[in-house]
Amino acid sequence: MMKKSLLGALAIGLASSTSAFAQTEIQWWHAMTGANNEVVNKLAADFNASQNEYKVVPTYKGSYADTMNAGIAAFRAGNAPHILQVFEVGTATMMGAKGAIKPVQELMKEAGEKFDPQAYLPAVTGYYSTASGELLSFPFNSSSTVMWYNKDAFRKAGLNPDQPPKTWPEVFEAAKKLQASGHPTCGFSSAWITWVNLEQFSVWHNVPLATKANGIEGFDTELKINSPLHVKHLQNLADLQKNKTFDYSGRTNTGEGRFTSGECPIMLTSSGFYGNVKANAKFEWANAPMPYYPDVQGAPQNSTLGGASLWVMGGKKADEYKGVAKFFAFLSDTDRQAKLHTDSGYLPITKAAYQKVKESGFYKQNPYLETPLIELTNKEPTENSRGLRLGNLVQIRDMWAEEIESALTGKKSAKQALDAAVERGNQELRKFERTVTR
Amino acid sequence: MVESRRYRNIVAYLVLLVGVVIVAFPVYLAILASTFDAATIINGNMPLIPGDQADENYYRTIFVGASSSTREPVGTMMLNSFIMAMGIAVGKILISILSAFAVVYFRFPLRMTAFWVIFITLMLPVEVRIYPTYKIVADLGLLDTYTGLILPLIASATGTLLFRQFFMTIPDELLEASKIDGAGAFRFFKDTLIPLSITTMAALFVIQFIYGWNQYLWPLLITTKSSMQTIVIGIKKMITTQDALTEWQIAMTTAVLAMVPPVLVVIFMQRLFVKGLVETEK
Amino acid sequence: MEKRALFSSKFLPYMLLLPQLAITIIFFYLPASQAIWQSFLMEDAFGLSSEFVGFENYRYLFQQPEYYRAMVNTAVFSTAVAVLSLACSLLLATQADKNLRGGEAYKTLLIWPYAVAPAIAGVLWIFMFHPSLGTLTRPIRAVGIDWNPLLNGDHAMLLLVLSATWKQISYNFLFFLAGLQSIPKSVIEAAAIDGAGPLRRFWTIIFPLLSPTTFFLIVVNIVYVFFDTFGIIDAVTGGGPAGQTTTLVYKVYADGRLGGDLGGSAAQSVILMVIVIGLTAIQFKYVERKVQY
Repeated sequence: MMKKSLLGALAIGLASSTSAFAQTEIQWWHAMTGANNEVVNKLAADFNASQNEYKVVPTYKGSYADTMNAGIAAFRAGNAPHILQVFEVGTATMMGAKGAIKPVQELMKEAGEKFDPQAYLPAVTGYYSTASGELLSFPFNSSSTVMWYNKDAFRKAGLNPDQPPKTWPEVFEAAKKLQASGHPTCGFSSAWITWVNLEQFSVWHNVPLATKANGIEGFDTELKINSPLHVKHLQNLADLQKNKTFDYSGRTNTGEGRFTSGECPIMLTSSGFYGNVKANAKFEWANAPMPYYPDVQGAPQNSTLGGASLWVMGGKKADEYKGVAKFFAFLSDTDRQAKLHTDSGYLPITKAAYQKVKESGFYKQNPYLETPLIELTNKEPTENSRGLRLGNLVQIRDMWAEEIESALTGKKSAKQALDAAVERGNQELRKFERTVTR
Repeated sequence: MVESRRYRNIVAYLVLLVGVVIVAFPVYLAILASTFDAATIINGNMPLIPGDQADENYYRTIFVGASSSTREPVGTMMLNSFIMAMGIAVGKILISILSAFAVVYFRFPLRMTAFWVIFITLMLPVEVRIYPTYKIVADLGLLDTYTGLILPLIASATGTLLFRQFFMTIPDELLEASKIDGAGAFRFFKDTLIPLSITTMAALFVIQFIYGWNQYLWPLLITTKSSMQTIVIGIKKMITTQDALTEWQIAMTTAVLAMVPPVLVVIFMQRLFVKGLVETEK
Repeated sequence: MEKRALFSSKFLPYMLLLPQLAITIIFFYLPASQAIWQSFLMEDAFGLSSEFVGFENYRYLFQQPEYYRAMVNTAVFSTAVAVLSLACSLLLATQADKNLRGGEAYKTLLIWPYAVAPAIAGVLWIFMFHPSLGTLTRPIRAVGIDWNPLLNGDHAMLLLVLSATWKQISYNFLFFLAGLQSIPKSVIEAAAIDGAGPLRRFWTIIFPLLSPTTFFLIVVNIVYVFFDTFGIIDAVTGGGPAGQTTTLVYKVYADGRLGGDLGGSAAQSVILMVIVIGLTAIQFKYVERKVQY
């Protein structure tokens, strides 16, 4: 456990007036279902058992969007929870609402919990930090994009299953061979079409998704996704869609089953797909880092995150904040992070936890869990690859997806589609900017 | 006559059979899914003949729970859903039959205004007013209560419109006869309108009960205590949409079990559909 | 439409209306008026900074070509769903109304689908019609149709119409059935003795007697397709491909609840509300005249 500093001792003096019987309740609203819901309940139970001043009460509040809305409704009515889990696309909204949140770094400092930003993986914390590096929210469940592939299918197609394609041209070639050897309806595919093919794609190639460090340095950011590289990639996908060498699997991850069923031998999606693949794929499989275009200088860079983080809501009592800080310190503990990572497949958030798992030899047996970490830590993040912070990102992603679909069906050229995506997206960004800068 | 009736009945059977096959197919699919293992469901192209996992799935759902460490209180959730569904069904029938009675059988200033004031509630989706409604419920201290779950959801005009439509079909002679017998408004309501409305009430009850039973967003928003959660929330909690293994077979089994109470209500209420109630000459 | 015979009382009607009016005012008008006020504001999700912008949220909408496309989609979608679900359920209800052996079972099976929680229904549609994972996709593809609602807008719209219709058939069936049961059998028998054939009997006697129910269902179905279908759209197509199944109410939902743009989404709801109030007023004015009470 973390040691307390002097400041912390002061705060404890204030807090100790509450007797052991009157525990301070910390409300934690989250969106975790299934096995992840168990993880949340277990963490809360373990924390509650580890001390008797605070009691963390986790409550499931629906999908990510539902949870965020519940938090917003509750805040507007004056009874927000202490901790709210928010998905990565909600980051700008939360950050824009300065009075509604308590930055995590400030919270830790005030509560006197030991907090060293250097201890965390920069690609993880960068996503949730201000331009000056102050951590705003606490990364909880993080994942990244990886390329899953079917080793049996590779063998059948005469490809080396231990040397997956590294670059996009190699992927296209492999997909053609795979398609010819018994996968007529799908050579390769991708879930989360915009996250994988625009967001991660830009970051991985170290090209800007938007100006102002992808929005991190200011809400007056403008989209840059109609660059020649972006256009080339989308045009390639659209060309390959014609005979299904690439076959579209939708905006979310409902098409992931096409990989585990054996239909699509290559699927680009979240590293969090691991649990499903392990349980449901009836063939030999593996994953590899995302492909890149070799003619882009400096590629591959590093990847960025998907998933969610824990935001601390504003306007709570100092004593309650102290409990939240304690809980975060508890979560950051190296052993706990290491265990969380190996049990659930979430990425660890501290360097020490990553190191520890590495040294334990865990990745020898489970190399697939290390792939996203290798991507995230591939290089020191640049201003193009720290993360992204775009307001109204939900609407913008929908617009992007609409335009990508237009290109894939041949209604528009890749250039026309991405130009429209930029124009429509910028309108949303301007709208968002007006609501926050006042 | 008899010949043609038999022929017509065969046509009726055929139409109904085709209708049932199409309309009830998704239900069949849900039941089907509860008899397979997760991989068969998630890998797609589920066979149309039940699998052999039914025993295992139902056993696990009822006695073990979706996973070993914690057990969702399915019983409590079912009870909460039942209370909420009953509250909504009964409450809505009650308030709307009264208001329809007033609007149809009385002439008074602002009568049509009152009708339209109620009627307009159909016109603005709950989605848009959900934050302000939440705030009002919070201000009234109704979070985590059955009242808070029920009242805001019965503020809608469907019932009033339905009863109005039905009352309009009741011949005026009935009221005249009743008046000649010296019956007041209350006796007419109790002795004539209520018995005549049984079928309509039964239909509305079925619909409202199921509507209440299947509510998701509102209970999710206003309940925080686990002792107040409903079964649909429980099901949603099992369906993972991203980044984790979903035990589809258990989720589907729970979904099938969650349909049992509404279906029982449907079967029970059908008895009130027996002809003859209205057969007593109007 | 008015009754000839009425009660007269000064207070009773108000007392009868009181419970519904009270609930309606507290839980509908209070929040709804705030939502309408919201449509004139530009505000962050938490309501911390808000600016009165007049009609700007409205102007913004009408500047977007996508908004007009959503209107067209809504018209197509709503008409198809309302007509299809009313026609199918009327057909089924008239058949189920005959005293058939096993009629109870048919009725139960036809109402049952309404009990499927919307949360599950969306998943079931994916199980059935996903381009490559769907149980029913294989037979569709086997007859030579390249079924792909993910990229083919017509397929997506068809799928959406089917799923929204399906959800409503049980509802309409139940009320049509209740309406049919209320028609005195003596009336129908009298017509049969007159020698009227079944179809003629249906259109000249049963259908007019059913018209109050039909009118109720038309109003409710229009409200349903305009307001209540965002959930199924979200689960089945998410408005895609390329916005071809984005309807007005789905945009309200996507912008407001998913996207946190309260002002814009409130403005859209107000427009939607005006459209539906208009449609309903037309129905009360013109269609209700044809209703035989």
